[in-house]
Amino acid sequence: MNKAFKLAYGAMVALAAAAAAMLVGALVMAAIGADAAKTYATILTEPLKDLFGLTEIVVRAIPLSLIALGVAVAFRSGILNIGAEGQMLMGILASSATAIALPELPKPLLLPLALLAGAAGGALWGSLAGLLKARLGVNEILSTVMLNYVAAQFYTFLLRGPMMDPQELLTGTGTPQTVRLPKAAWLDRLVPGTRLHYGLVIALVLAVAVFLLLWRTTLGFRMRAAGAEAKAARYAGVSVERYLVVAMLLSGAFAGLAGAVEVLGVHRRAIEGISGGYGFTGIVVALFGGLHPAGIVPASAFFGLLLLGADMTQRSASVPANMVLVLQGAIILSIVSARQFMNNPYVQDKATRRLAKLFGKAPPLSPAVAEAACPDPSDVAEPCAAGEPGAAGASAGAAPGAGKGGRA
Amino acid sequence: MNAANFLANILVLGVPFSVALLLAGLGEMFNQRAGVFNLGCEGIMAMGAFLAFLPPYFLGAAMPMGAANLLGIAVAMGAGALLGLLFALVTVTFRAPQGIAGIGLQMLGWGTAGTLFRHYVGGVTGVQGIKSLPIPGLSKIPLLGPILFDHNPLVYLAFLLVPASWYLLFKTPWGLKVRSVGTYPRAADTLGINVRRVRYQALALGGAMAGLAGAYLSLAQAKMFADDLIAGRGFIAVALVYFGRWSPVGIMGGALLFSLAQSFQLSVQVAGIKFPYEFAVMLPYVLVIVVLSLAKKARGAEPSDLGKPFDREQRV
Repeated sequence: MNKAFKLAYGAMVALAAAAAAMLVGALVMAAIGADAAKTYATILTEPLKDLFGLTEIVVRAIPLSLIALGVAVAFRSGILNIGAEGQMLMGILASSATAIALPELPKPLLLPLALLAGAAGGALWGSLAGLLKARLGVNEILSTVMLNYVAAQFYTFLLRGPMMDPQELLTGTGTPQTVRLPKAAWLDRLVPGTRLHYGLVIALVLAVAVFLLLWRTTLGFRMRAAGAEAKAARYAGVSVERYLVVAMLLSGAFAGLAGAVEVLGVHRRAIEGISGGYGFTGIVVALFGGLHPAGIVPASAFFGLLLLGADMTQRSASVPANMVLVLQGAIILSIVSARQFMNNPYVQDKATRRLAKLFGKAPPLSPAVAEAACPDPSDVAEPCAAGEPGAAGASAGAAPGAGKGGRA
Repeated sequence: MNAANFLANILVLGVPFSVALLLAGLGEMFNQRAGVFNLGCEGIMAMGAFLAFLPPYFLGAAMPMGAANLLGIAVAMGAGALLGLLFALVTVTFRAPQGIAGIGLQMLGWGTAGTLFRHYVGGVTGVQGIKSLPIPGLSKIPLLGPILFDHNPLVYLAFLLVPASWYLLFKTPWGLKVRSVGTYPRAADTLGINVRRVRYQALALGGAMAGLAGAYLSLAQAKMFADDLIAGRGFIAVALVYFGRWSPVGIMGGALLFSLAQSFQLSVQVAGIKFPYEFAVMLPYVLVIVVLSLAKKARGAEPSDLGKPFDREQRV
């Protein structure tokens, strides 16, 4: 199979996957009697029409990219972190508690402190799942999902109780929210008059940092090795369990930081519904971006657009904003399905021969098949490594990214 | 006497609470025994709960309530089976990693149910639901009667499904096939068992049971539908399968443990003991984590090819 053909094949699979996801979305829209083409057009173009829309896309992309970077670190290390939502809430709590407790500190001290506190809160919550997996073999998907529910309740409890704005009690409105955070803890706005804030710089810097960590340091190499093929890594002397915990710690820290950035940059007080499903969308962003920072940054902008567009259709076309969940689910299912066609050399070879027959050419036998059957394990775990649900999932994401930057 | 009443109350409340977990857990057991780890259970339950709610909501006036409820249950189970087949397409035919695919299915089911609910129903509305059917004679037995024999028909059905699932899994040829494709698919394949087909069948069955579990929640337990009605019960059901060591009786025990914890917490609140509401809601989720931490020994009972896609052309 020559290179051009391979590229065309990959593009075809990607297109088919996108079409499948959009078709599922269109079916649901048809079920509620909405015009699918018009709804898609609204979602994808409406937010791009003015400066407000553009900045709001980036406002959503900032927490999404931070969470997705963390998810990518975890997935690459062989642990599926579904708990970003809860880790983000813990980050919000830690960050706003720090800011509220130390209002006298000058800005150069308080702001970094509040950001770090957020990261620490998320890291703490994430490392719980990591420890449970490493020590007791608890399935991390289940434990992180459960920790999400626990964190959500804990968050509501603090906002309705100990951390509630005393003013709310005085006036008797009882809105569950904290006091306004001290100005010294605010992340400043980048463009005056919009909500776009300096979190953007943090997200971009950390995207580069994640790339350097995973592909340019020993720690990153070991983490990826533990994720790609735990057994081989163990033979090579990598303490797989330790790197699981480290990966969850980092992953949680990113989600916590996303929470801190969101509360310090956008809302400036902890309110209910602040995480707004970012933790789940972040997983989709990470997969869509091929678990690589270079893919995650544009992917987060795309999903920022999707989230904002879905909000807008709710108002203009009366398609409920839950529609975005439908699309996210369909996107995940089609990405993980497409992986089979992208990375399996046998399937590729079969497809090539079938296509060649179709166009009346001699079947080009791929000499690379035997060698490609076992790809570089540090980048693509499958098809040689079949593991537990956890291990298998980790390779999931590795798939789409391998082509783009995995080999960097 | 008061303490005895308190305990009896916990049991009377707890038994019906366990049904959704039990039904979904039994379905998930078939999935996992066949080697597929279906985390989408939560999403299937959401779809089941919503679809079961529709016929009584729209047709409740036009047809007898019982018929509308039955129609709802049938639709929920059918849709559950279809979603199970969709999951089979993704994880068996396309051999996608099951963990993340399950999260995708969960989002898809949850999002679709929520979208349709907001469009067709809008706000939270109740339905009459499934009435309880005391078994004549038996329900009059003091103490045991109200605990075991004074529930709606789905409760009896769920508990009858425990021995039925055991029989199906361990005493029928199909059950043997399911266990073999989950333990050693290559050997099963050599013996002429169509691994893919058996996995598709098991996922359809598991999906239908998850749909039924959802229907139970909206028609019998809550008697209404809301976006967050399932509230993680699908994930808890998956955890119960680990806890119950992939056996119907173990899963029943786990489901009862959870439902009794829940009814205990409710009874404590009713008794007026001060306890922040949020911590009470947290309880089952914390319990899952504790239970999973203790279930480490269950590893040996795990179907050995759980979570591994099967590729008959792959070289070993």
